[in-house]
Amino acid sequence: MGYYAFYVFAVVAVVASLLVVGQKNPMHSVMLLITSFGALAGLYVLLDAPFTAVTQIIVYAGAIMVLFLFVVMLLNVPREEPVPAHVSSLLGPTGMRIGVVLSVVLAIEVVWAMTRVGAGWFNQGPGTASVSSVRLIGTALFTRHAFAFEATSVLILVAMIGAVVLARKEHH
Amino acid sequence: MVPLNHYLVLSGLLFSIGTAGVFLRRNLITVLLSIEIMLNAVNLTFVAVGRYLNTVDGQIITFFVMTVAAAEAAVGLALVIALFRHRETLNPDAFTALKW
Repeated sequence: MGYYAFYVFAVVAVVASLLVVGQKNPMHSVMLLITSFGALAGLYVLLDAPFTAVTQIIVYAGAIMVLFLFVVMLLNVPREEPVPAHVSSLLGPTGMRIGVVLSVVLAIEVVWAMTRVGAGWFNQGPGTASVSSVRLIGTALFTRHAFAFEATSVLILVAMIGAVVLARKEHH
Repeated sequence: MVPLNHYLVLSGLLFSIGTAGVFLRRNLITVLLSIEIMLNAVNLTFVAVGRYLNTVDGQIITFFVMTVAAAEAAVGLALVIALFRHRETLNPDAFTALKW
């Protein structure tokens, strides 16, 4: 059962991500990416992380992707433009081929490395009772990681102000 | 239970797909979406390894990655809007000058 669910979610995530990269229309890309994030949320449930799964749906598939959708609709650029004639041939079909080769090489390398990782590589600590416990997550977040948590709030504030300043219309 | 390697290989595949998107696409929005794919691949690694080490730290790092992703998306999309106002295009090859 666990295996079937894993492979269903994994195939959905990989196929949806491939289609995100393959789509010409950014709107379709965003929709497919939401599908991919849904599959990842399913994988988090399989990994005993229901809280992370729900955050994935609400924050990622909900908030961040809606932001992307707003911008896609605002700019209204349905198609990717063809390569302009004056750019170097490196950015044309040849560059495309180099990019594909580099990506495939990276995929082979990463997959080869990941298949060799064994459970013995990590020294297993005493561990907590259950990784799915929201209480444990909250306790760790607000005690051991309290500084990082507060720093994150400053980061969000900076990003908010930066986004407002950058996207503001300039008055001449 | 599914072995850890399966999750790691899946996350490696997703990361490579994201990298391919950054390499191959000529649309700034799709490039940003590809970066989100890469961030999610790393999130999957954190949660999977955390699960197999019996610690919640993997999930906590995932939250921080999510907040950074949200900040990155907000600032990145604001930059895209600002660039689009100047050049009326989303092709990254059109933005080669630091000042015009």
